[in-house]
Amino acid sequence: MARTARTKAKSPAASNELPSAEVVEQLYRDMLLIRRFEERAGQMYGMGLIGGFCHLYIGQEAVVVGMQTVVRKGDSIITGYRDHGHMLACGMDSNGVMAELTGREGGYSRGKGGSMHMFSKEKGFYGGHGIVGGQVSLGVGLGFAHKYRGDGGCSFAYYGDGASNQGQVFESYNLASLWKLPVVFVIENNQYGMGTAVTRSAAGESLFERGKGFGIPGKKIDGMDITTVMREAAEATAYARENGPFILEMETYRYRGHSMSDPAKYRSRDEVTKMREERDPIESFRARIQKAGLMEEESFKAIDQEVRAVVAEAAEFAQQSPEPDAAELYTDILLDA
Amino acid sequence: MAIEILMPALSPTMEEGKLAKWLVKEGDAVKSGDVIAEIETDKATMEFEAIDEGTVGRLLVAEGTEGVAVNAPIMMLVADGEAVPTASASPSPAPAPAAASTPTAPAPAKVATAAVAPIVAASIDGLQGANVAPEGPMGETQSLTLREALRDAMAEEMRGDADVFVMGEEVAEYQGAYKVTQGLLDEFGAERVRDTPITEHGFAGLGVGAAMAGLKPIVEFMTWNFAMQGIDHIINSAAKTLYMSGGQMGCPIVFRGPNGAASRVGAQHSQCYASWYGHVPGLIVVAPYSAADAKGLLKSAIRNPNPVVFLENELLYGQSFEVPTSDDWTVPIGKAKILREGTDVTITAFSLTCRLALEAADALAEQGISAEVIDLRTIRPLDVATIIASVRKTNRLVTLEEGWPFAGIGAELAILAMEHAFDWLDAPVVRVTGEDVPMPYAANLEKLALPNVERIVAAVRQVTYS
Repeated sequence: MARTARTKAKSPAASNELPSAEVVEQLYRDMLLIRRFEERAGQMYGMGLIGGFCHLYIGQEAVVVGMQTVVRKGDSIITGYRDHGHMLACGMDSNGVMAELTGREGGYSRGKGGSMHMFSKEKGFYGGHGIVGGQVSLGVGLGFAHKYRGDGGCSFAYYGDGASNQGQVFESYNLASLWKLPVVFVIENNQYGMGTAVTRSAAGESLFERGKGFGIPGKKIDGMDITTVMREAAEATAYARENGPFILEMETYRYRGHSMSDPAKYRSRDEVTKMREERDPIESFRARIQKAGLMEEESFKAIDQEVRAVVAEAAEFAQQSPEPDAAELYTDILLDA
Repeated sequence: MAIEILMPALSPTMEEGKLAKWLVKEGDAVKSGDVIAEIETDKATMEFEAIDEGTVGRLLVAEGTEGVAVNAPIMMLVADGEAVPTASASPSPAPAPAAASTPTAPAPAKVATAAVAPIVAASIDGLQGANVAPEGPMGETQSLTLREALRDAMAEEMRGDADVFVMGEEVAEYQGAYKVTQGLLDEFGAERVRDTPITEHGFAGLGVGAAMAGLKPIVEFMTWNFAMQGIDHIINSAAKTLYMSGGQMGCPIVFRGPNGAASRVGAQHSQCYASWYGHVPGLIVVAPYSAADAKGLLKSAIRNPNPVVFLENELLYGQSFEVPTSDDWTVPIGKAKILREGTDVTITAFSLTCRLALEAADALAEQGISAEVIDLRTIRPLDVATIIASVRKTNRLVTLEEGWPFAGIGAELAILAMEHAFDWLDAPVVRVTGEDVPMPYAANLEKLALPNVERIVAAVRQVTYS
């Protein structure tokens, strides 16, 4: 199913007001699509249809959907291995993403990349990278290219609290600030780097303050609240396009394990339940929309059905698409000179 | 309609597990995300969450059941108000067999037959390198040092393509740690000739990111030893992304700098990376000897749409060679060069070792042995055709490199000779390599650790039984 054209939100006012009904509906739909897509991916992993590593984005939807509202055509987006949400948010086709998860010909990388390695030049999505922190240096390179060409573009480099401790992140801060590159560093602090809590891995108070020594401003915000993300994203991006790098630390939470094979012994069930009940980015947004009377119950139901249909079709496509031809083993190693 | 909930696989290798505990009972309402059961494997206990919504119709497997097969139905979920299926009232104690209706992936495709290399190729026409056309005639030449030839190559390509830029430590204001980038800052300015901080991991990644965005960076490493800090980006980011993206995301970048031992700089600064990078599919690896080749190959590397590892040698920077004056001079990647023709033995070399091989060939000529010397020039993709044609002519092969012997270039050449020239060989292949030790500092020990003319001559005498 073709997705409807994306609607760009106007930068909301400084307060946390809800945007227009039309925008609200789009945001809700985009977050719900990620949620349902990921649930289905988890289910298909459990059925053995998806192999290897599979890192689900459930719980963090407000981050990427909120950030996407400030992305302009020509901007660049790059992230690590928990990347399905970013791909869907930037408009990549859910069939192609799901078919890559099942390792089929119809996947974005024709089955040769998998969950962690998908790309779309058309949508400005530069992957999907499996080495923790690697995407940060690469993202600074994307920002370098925008500045070199003077095209006004901005690079969005997403990484987690775990990657924040990698040495190359600091090298990247230094280069980005030294050369005033248009880069927004988006730290998705979901509280755990695999099974290690932030407090057990990161010295110092806040991850966003780590740019201070490099002259990079930063801010920690509520990454579970999409309107907060939108507002702060707009400010950070405006700054980055004009002046150079900015660090946005998103306080967020993943409900599922680090990957599918995560026994989750490092945190209590109560912690997860409490987060889901009190701060779920989709449920809380829905409650606000209802309270403001911006959407009818029928609209929620319609979106719910629409999203379920999109995901069902993606799941079907991903199972029906054939495995890549054996000859694909030897293609795409080098380009012809 | 009732939905069958199947036993999940918690890892790619899990085939069965224990249904340790049910967290719901029949009649409970379940919504997406609720934990419904705990599943145990030999490695871990995991919570199993519901994806679908509805009411628990029936639990098909009793808690505590071991050996429940992945994809076996374990629970029936019914829609609100729907009648609970009546078949059996109590949970079955035995694990259910995998349901026939379980969706299964198609059988894996057969392994491509091309993966199996032929043992002996009758003709060299099908070998790698056979179809690469050699460079044209040099035309008018001038004497240039290798350092100047590299600089000219970069300058010419930068004049012709605004996307080409050079970055690295001391490349701009200092004019290059080894003066290879001398004069580039003046001509092209600080935007295109970028001094970086000492931050190899960071700028290797930055370069690769810029290349993914379509620019054509030339990243200078002050020496290849320091590139170890950024090797992750050379291999994991630059070499593999084209493949992982199904051909979408190319990476037109050149990493260049001096490789191998210089002179008494110790173990951390004296190492040959030819076999390290030569190992990696997705990379092109070039190691020229003469200034004409260095210029022509660097121009080809900059124009190439793939990541190129360009291995230079500090001890050659100051050596003068005849170099074509034409701006159009290029040398094809993937073509070796016969530096000296001979009939009794083939000696392969690359980079600085070509000089040694030529000296050894002179010494051997005095002893009545005619050696053919091949400069590999490109390590990957190797010109197998030229090497094998020579071995089939001389029937003997001595390989030469500064790098360590284990899994080195010589080891690869020896197996290629066995695969493609076994019936032509009159003696086992002999390798002359750097010694299998970290590079010592003491002048006498360093000399002992590196190949020399005497060792090459001795190796040739061994394969010629003379």
